[in-house]
Amino acid sequence: MERSPASHAPGLTSYLTGFALALILTAIPFALVATAALPRLPMLMVIAVAAVIQVLVHLRYFLHLNLTTTPRENLLAILFAAILIFMMVGGSLWIMMDLHHRMAI
Amino acid sequence: MTAEALTADEPASDAHEQRAFGFWLYLMSDAIIFSLLFATYAVMVQNTDGGPTGKTLFSLPNAFAETMLLLLSSITFGFATLAMRSGDATGVRRWLQVTVVLGLGFVGLEMREFYGLVHRGAGPDRSGFLSAFFTLVGTHGAHVSVGLIWILVMTGQIMVKGLTAPVVSRLGRLGMFWHFLDIIWIGIFSVVYLPGVL
Repeated sequence: MERSPASHAPGLTSYLTGFALALILTAIPFALVATAALPRLPMLMVIAVAAVIQVLVHLRYFLHLNLTTTPRENLLAILFAAILIFMMVGGSLWIMMDLHHRMAI
Repeated sequence: MTAEALTADEPASDAHEQRAFGFWLYLMSDAIIFSLLFATYAVMVQNTDGGPTGKTLFSLPNAFAETMLLLLSSITFGFATLAMRSGDATGVRRWLQVTVVLGLGFVGLEMREFYGLVHRGAGPDRSGFLSAFFTLVGTHGAHVSVGLIWILVMTGQIMVKGLTAPVVSRLGRLGMFWHFLDIIWIGIFSVVYLPGVL
């Protein structure tokens, strides 16, 4: 993003770029699911990848998260939250899927 | 904001920055709540108790319409933020009104979907899958409804007080909240609706 010193905050271009990217990243998985274009597993992978990219797009262009201009403590907070989410969600799914597997035998 | 304005109310702008950080921490804790509701849903999604599954219950066009309404409301809120930066109070109010209409459309579609599900005997009491579904999607819907009330309150504040520094600071936090809810929705259509209709 080019910024003049006077307007430090991101402008119209940022929002429109984010909107266009979000539209594309929404259209791809919906269109693939609507047309049943892929088998189940590749489809789930495309949905997951499109979702992760779209979350990053929203953080970057709508919430203006930026590695250089965003205050360090905000970045640390989201990093901490991401680690907690990874451990709690990943751990829950790991334990429950494993349990499910063992109970099914 | 110009350099003069920044130095003129430095203590105030410091306080606003602290509040923005505090609100950011709240959003992170909210993100953890939602991610655990997502994990619960993923664990429960198979537990349909012989009842209806996502394949028979979910409507792809409805989910797509909700997605578009929320995404559009995010960009119209962005336009309100831009109008706020250029000090255009009328513009802010207009864009916030558009945002409210889009948000109401979203909540309306969701209520219609919930009503239809309960009406077909697929309420939250039907199975573990549906309990988890209503908890996750309902919590998001409740957040959006609170966000709508907050937008209406801020519209009132702009009319009464104008774009004063506290009002601008609150609008900033409201924007974070609104964009955050759109991010949660990405998770909902990617975890609930799209895999559900597969």
